[in-house]
Amino acid sequence: MSEIADKVKKIVVEHLGVEESKVTPEASFIDDLGADSLDTVELVMAFEEAFNVEIPEDAAEKIATVKDAIDYIEKQKAA
Amino acid sequence: MLQSAGANSGRRRVVVTGMGMVGPLGLGVENVWSRLIAGESGIERITHFDPSDLPAQVAGQVPEGPTSEGKLTLSDWISVKDQRKMDRFIHMGLVAATEAVEDSGWKPQTEEDKCATGVMIGSGIGGLQTIYDASITVHEGRAKRLSPFFIPSALINLVSGHVSIKYGFQGPNHSVVTACATGVHAIGDAARLIMFGDADVMVAGGAEATVCPLGIAGFCSARALSTGFNETPQKASRPWDKDRDGFVMGEGSGVVVLEEYEHAKARGAKIYAEIVGYGMSGDAYHITAPSEGHYGAFRAMRSALKSAGVTPADVGYVNAHGTSTMADDLELEAVERLFGDDARTLAMSSTKSSTGHLLGAAGAIEAIFCILAMRDNVAPPTLNLDNPSRESVIDRVAHTAQQRQINVALSNSFGFGGTNASLVVRRV
Repeated sequence: MSEIADKVKKIVVEHLGVEESKVTPEASFIDDLGADSLDTVELVMAFEEAFNVEIPEDAAEKIATVKDAIDYIEKQKAA
Repeated sequence: MLQSAGANSGRRRVVVTGMGMVGPLGLGVENVWSRLIAGESGIERITHFDPSDLPAQVAGQVPEGPTSEGKLTLSDWISVKDQRKMDRFIHMGLVAATEAVEDSGWKPQTEEDKCATGVMIGSGIGGLQTIYDASITVHEGRAKRLSPFFIPSALINLVSGHVSIKYGFQGPNHSVVTACATGVHAIGDAARLIMFGDADVMVAGGAEATVCPLGIAGFCSARALSTGFNETPQKASRPWDKDRDGFVMGEGSGVVVLEEYEHAKARGAKIYAEIVGYGMSGDAYHITAPSEGHYGAFRAMRSALKSAGVTPADVGYVNAHGTSTMADDLELEAVERLFGDDARTLAMSSTKSSTGHLLGAAGAIEAIFCILAMRDNVAPPTLNLDNPSRESVIDRVAHTAQQRQINVALSNSFGFGGTNASLVVRRV
C-alpha cells in the first residue's frame, strides 16, 4: 500500500471511528462507513490539511469511496 | 397562571420519575448526593488549563476516572467519533440525560408515545470553548478549515437535539437560555408543557461547561469570581460568610424526567416528587446586580408558593441561589420577608458551597437536591459558613447536614439580566 493510501486510511479511521479492517478501497464513506454529509465535509478538510492539497467543491462531491480519495490525492501529488 | 389550588385545581399533575447528574462531586445522582450530605467539596485548583495568569484559579470540575468510582469516562457514554461533534456542555447534558432517562425506565416504542415525549435542556452560555477555538482558526486566516461541526457543537439547543435523536423523542424540542436561572426555567416551563397537554413526558434540565480560559476570564472581568482562596480552593465558595468574595465556577449537568401523574402511575413508574409550583419575575433594574431587598426574588418565590397552593409554613427546606457573593444577603432578606414568623422553623442552605456555581445547570442539580432532601428528610449543609455577615432566624445548615421533616421544598435561581425563578416540589 502506498504511503498516501496508508495515511488516508488512518484519517478515515480516526474521523469516522470505524474499524481499520472496514476501510477497504471500495468502501463508501456514506454507505459503508456510517458518515453523514457533514462527516464527509470534515473528512475532505482533513485530507486537504494532511496532504497540503486543495480539493475544490466539485471534486469533493465525486469522492465517495476510500479509493476515490486516494486516487484524487495521488493525482494531485503527481502533478 | 394565578390559580391557587395546586394539585386540586384540575390541571394535569406533573411528577418527577427520573433523575441524572454529573458535576464537581462526580457522576450519578446517588453518588453526588451522598458526598454532598457528607459535607464534601468538589472545588479544586483548575486543571482544565493553566489558570496562573488569571485572578481566579479555582473551580468545580467533573472528576475523570472509572464509572464504577462515580467518576466520568466520557467514552462510556458518547462514542469518540460523536464527542468531536459536541462542545463539552453537550457532553455533560447527554451524560445526565442518559442517566435520567434510564432511571425513569421510560422507553417509548409507539409513534404516539415518542411524539408525546419532549426535551427541554438549556444552558446559560453554551459552547464557549468551541467558539474560542473556532475564532482562532478564523483569526489565523484558516476560515476554510473551520469544522462543519462548529455551529452544531456550540448551539445551546443541541443538547435537546442530541437527546431526542438518541432516544427518538419526537415531542416538543426546546431549550432555555436565562443565564443562571436556566435550570429552574427549563424544569418549570417543561412542567407547564405537560400541564398544558403539549407532552406527557419531558426530559428537562440544564448543562454547562465554562471552566475554560474565556469563561473564567470573562467572569473575572465582571468581578464576579472568588479570587482570595486560590491556595485553599475548598474554602472559596462560602455563601453568607463575611469573608466571601465571589462565586466559584462549576461545570456539569442536571436532568430530570417529568411525567404526567396518571401516565406515570399507569406504567408503575417510581415517583420521586411532584412539581407543584413555579414562579418567575424580572428585576427591571440592572444587568448583573439585584435590586435593593431583592424584590424580584421575593415575587418569584411568592408566585411559586401561590401556584403550588402552599403557605410558607408548609415549606421545610429552601435551596438558596446563594452564590457566595454580596447578593446572598439580599436573597436572605427576601426569604425572611416572605416567610415571616415561619422563617424560624425553616432550613435554607446553599449547596453551591460544595459544588460551586454551575450557571445554567445550577437550578437543575439544585431541584434534584430538593427532591432528595424530601426523600431522605435531610437538609444538605452550607460549607464554610463560619461567620455570617448578617444574622438571621433562618437555620442555614452551617457545615453539617441536618435531619429534618421536609414535605415541601423550594429552589431559587436568579440570573444576569435580572431574571428570577423559583420552583416548588412536594412529596407525593
